[in-house]
Amino acid sequence: MPDTPDIADRHDAVCVIGAGASGLAAIKNLREAGFEVDCYERETSVGGAWNWRHDRSPVYAGTHLITSRPLTEFPDFPMPDTWPDYPDHKMVLSYLERYSAHFGLESDVWFGTEVVSVAPTGDGRWNVTTQSTGGGSSRVQRYAGVVVANGHNWSAARPEIPGDFRGQVIHSAQYKDPAQLRNRKVLVIGGGNTGCDIAVEAAQQATMVWHSTRRGYWYAPKYVFGRPADQVNARRIPLRLRQWLYRKAVGFTAGDLTRYGVPAPDHQPYESHPTVNSQLPYYLGHGRITAVPDVTEFDGGSVVLADGRRIEPDLVITATGYRPRFEFLAPELLDTAEDGRPDLHLHAFARKHPTLAVVGLVQADFGLFPLAHWQSVAVARWLRLRVTDPERATAVQQKESTRPVASWSKRRVVPTERHWFEVDHGDYLRAVEGLLREMETAA
Amino acid sequence: MLRYEDWTDPVPAAEREVVSLTEDARTDRPPLLFVPGLGHGAWAFAETWLPRAAARGFAAHALTPRPDGDLRAQVHDVVQVAASLPRQAVLVGQGAGALVVAYAMGRYPVRAAVLAAPVMDGWPTLGAALRANPFGTLPALFGGRLRLNRRQLFGPEMPAEDAQRFLERIVARPRRELVTHDPAPRPVGDPPVLVVGSPDDRVVPRTSLDRTATRYGSAPLLFPGMGHELMLDVTWADPIEAIVDWLEKELES
Repeated sequence: MPDTPDIADRHDAVCVIGAGASGLAAIKNLREAGFEVDCYERETSVGGAWNWRHDRSPVYAGTHLITSRPLTEFPDFPMPDTWPDYPDHKMVLSYLERYSAHFGLESDVWFGTEVVSVAPTGDGRWNVTTQSTGGGSSRVQRYAGVVVANGHNWSAARPEIPGDFRGQVIHSAQYKDPAQLRNRKVLVIGGGNTGCDIAVEAAQQATMVWHSTRRGYWYAPKYVFGRPADQVNARRIPLRLRQWLYRKAVGFTAGDLTRYGVPAPDHQPYESHPTVNSQLPYYLGHGRITAVPDVTEFDGGSVVLADGRRIEPDLVITATGYRPRFEFLAPELLDTAEDGRPDLHLHAFARKHPTLAVVGLVQADFGLFPLAHWQSVAVARWLRLRVTDPERATAVQQKESTRPVASWSKRRVVPTERHWFEVDHGDYLRAVEGLLREMETAA
Repeated sequence: MLRYEDWTDPVPAAEREVVSLTEDARTDRPPLLFVPGLGHGAWAFAETWLPRAAARGFAAHALTPRPDGDLRAQVHDVVQVAASLPRQAVLVGQGAGALVVAYAMGRYPVRAAVLAAPVMDGWPTLGAALRANPFGTLPALFGGRLRLNRRQLFGPEMPAEDAQRFLERIVARPRRELVTHDPAPRPVGDPPVLVVGSPDDRVVPRTSLDRTATRYGSAPLLFPGMGHELMLDVTWADPIEAIVDWLEKELES
């Protein structure tokens, strides 16, 4: 891009894209590291995915946390200890709003402003083009670093099912209210947390519910031994033992679900993203939910299943997840493969661009906020180190780049798009801790 | 970073008494949270430092520690109350409350912190207590009550009846961890920290005060003639005025 006087140089300031949970943590931690921050948010308020007012928010009326409060809160800003174990989405939003107000983060956020493009200038800095959400004139500003926190749960991934269907097909992103299910015959596709939640809500509202999953999953209960199940299991013990504990927890509560026609899991616990739902087995047992295999095609008024059966729902909800999207970045900046999967060190640092990072692009058996917090601490300290001690920064970078993926990413997961960013929280936090220590000795 | 104890065995919620003075608070100033020491409650600040800080434009709060709470529970309560305030808070801890503040700083990024007559080193403090008040201290070593006396806590100018009134309110049952605890963690967010104390404090030895101040990168601010109870002694106004002066200067920069 030619150097024109139109580009406002923000010197050492860092640009943060998105004011959801990850973006807010990034602002706070960059500021603590001494940076000036400009954050761009396309909506008019904070909260990102958790703000149900936002048109890109995936939350539905019944959304609750899947991991309990202590495993979800930011490590330096606890949720009130009087809150329930599993707060709902409105509480989570109010928590993010309080976090933002407490640390005065909003003064750095430009609301109603979309990032159109982020382009490297060649000297480690970035030209960031922004415009008002939905149009208007654009503006280019130059930053010393860019932290992308645009979320990965807003661009719906829809399954390609051949044939025509006479009924209604919606993605779970369009499901907001149980009233949409009332007195209808509903097919829910997907065995993730959203799919199971919607199947359960359908069991309470609809006349008939089918739940289609491609494989069997380990549906963990929300409580075991009178405690939130994740608190029982978040221990410093080897993965194999945790897997054993998980199998036991499932065995003691719901037990073997194959008796309801649910396929047996083809993998060990933690090899797929944990699905936590105590009510799914309950409604399977009460005959309110019928487990069915994969959908192969639509045929007029009916849906054809993998075992040749035909069912006739009038509403199909595909709870088939979301795809990460970075349309403002050229794919090679994040080493994005053909299939759309970016390749980042620790799922955060761009490999060829030391001043570009993504925060919040991980999936764990744990809440995202603590991981996003520590990621943004690492990013902030890294950017700071590049300013204060460039030589050491280079040394740290060389050492980090030789770190094998296996040292921080769990090797075995079910090889689907859903698990591109799946990590074990313990392994992952240890890896980030290692990086922080590395930079510490440098300081 | 890996806080297994907090994940698997979170501190249960408890009723927390918080005394607040917020009417004269200026919106551009952070709230202050006072954390009392062993056997004290919010009352220790309620009539002295709290109104004085409020008069100078700060929202001022004081917390009473939960009964029989261990250090972990006390730190939890301080962080919970701090996070419940509308803006990033300044923590002011006195005595063993300063130790709680030092630990809380490892958790919560304070705007600033003040450690007043901080009981940070367990063994030297125990030694000083045994020298100054052997018969009041010994029973506490075996799980009994710690009986503090007037000479130990207050300066010579403190009227006997006032001292007696305060001593009656102090119900101190120290836990072993007050002596055996690990060194306090490094504060998160690199906040400014002020250490205040008295060279005539009979609870916190001067060497310990200097060591704490050095750890936080400064020298202690001293109020000669005062006892350990900086917020209750006769000249209680001097330290709080100095603390607020320091705070105003730090907030400007």
